[in-house]
Amino acid sequence: MQLDNLIERFQKKDRAAFEALYNMYAENLCGAINVILKDPERSQELCQDVFVKIWTKSDQYDTSKGRFFTWILNIARNAAIDELRSKSHKNQKKNLSVESLVGIYENSEDLNDKVDTIGLMSLLKGLKDKCILLIDLLYFKGYTQKEAAEELKAPVGTIKTRIRSCLSEIRKNMA
Amino acid sequence: MEVEKYIASGILELYVAGALTPEENVEVHRYAEQYPEIKMEIEAIEATIMKLSRTASPELPKDGFKKIEAELDDVITFVPPTSKKKAPWGSYLGWAASLLLAAGLLWVYTENNNLKSEIEVSTQEKLDLEETLSNIKKEAARQETFLDMLRDQNVTVIALGGQAVSPESYAKAYWDKAENKVVIDAKGLPEPPTGFTYQVWSLKLDPLTPTSIGLLDDFVSTEDKLFTLDNANESEAFGITLEPEGGSESPTLEQLYTLGAVGR
Repeated sequence: MQLDNLIERFQKKDRAAFEALYNMYAENLCGAINVILKDPERSQELCQDVFVKIWTKSDQYDTSKGRFFTWILNIARNAAIDELRSKSHKNQKKNLSVESLVGIYENSEDLNDKVDTIGLMSLLKGLKDKCILLIDLLYFKGYTQKEAAEELKAPVGTIKTRIRSCLSEIRKNMA
Repeated sequence: MEVEKYIASGILELYVAGALTPEENVEVHRYAEQYPEIKMEIEAIEATIMKLSRTASPELPKDGFKKIEAELDDVITFVPPTSKKKAPWGSYLGWAASLLLAAGLLWVYTENNNLKSEIEVSTQEKLDLEETLSNIKKEAARQETFLDMLRDQNVTVIALGGQAVSPESYAKAYWDKAENKVVIDAKGLPEPPTGFTYQVWSLKLDPLTPTSIGLLDDFVSTEDKLFTLDNANESEAFGITLEPEGGSESPTLEQLYTLGAVGR
């Protein structure tokens, strides 16, 4: 109820409401951007731009776009993917095109101070690589069911049940 | 609605990922409002992804929102004017384009009509020319026939001289005895007054017996003034008188314009 109220006020360009939403979601969006970019400083800058973008697009959100978090996550990951494409970091791109979520803690030596690597590893503990890849594709790359199925060479019908079981493992790790 | 089955299907995970269509999103949202279990499950999935992404977050500056807010000011003073300027330009261009298109279509339409009427005019001109040509051919054929007649040894040429009523008048008669035809060349006669016509007579001289062989009708419209008449008489002379329209039984001798005897 409180969230709905905040969103409503935000859509009427209420800055206090927007600040509250920023405090709720900033770390999540900036984290999602960093999963894609694997560059904490650049991610922090881009994250700021993303919130400005969210503000200017506030009137475009409605329930046909899903959850509010889903909507802002989509804006964030589109901005991050655009950023990747605009840069010619080919080596990084190669890594990212496979497993950015896995990559972020495999390469965590560089990111040590800035990223909660331990927290990330404990969440992903016991998950199969295919599970991590599927989570990455659906939540951090914005793949559709069909695209994810093609990437994993699996039937489209299995994607829903697979993602459910993968996420339930993380939820167990959280408990 | 089996809520547990629905939750177990994995559709809510895709909903949070944003991997559903807008229609499916609206449907899931409706079920979430209807069934608290569904709403709670969605929030739990969302919390999982939020927690996962938060662990990858770089350290954020404490005054993070202040920096964004400073940019919002720029956005507010800067973005609306450009977007306001952009929109009219877009629509002006749209209107201009459609006006151009309309003008273009109109131009093509009128051009097409012009071409059509030009074709009509050309067709009419062609018909006119064809008619003129066929008239000229007919005329040439007539004149050729006439020339042949002149050259024919069987044709007798009779000069008809002007008489008291019109001394300047003259005419010629070309008499083909074999064909029983007489061609009158009436070029030397004045135009008859309205309501009158020339009548041609074959004459026997002793005693003077006139026989009508025809009228020179359509005198004005017959340009070459050549008139072909039938004549089976043993003519000794030809005379032309002016008679009331339709001709007379006997010649009005006071109106004898030309007269000539057949030479022997």
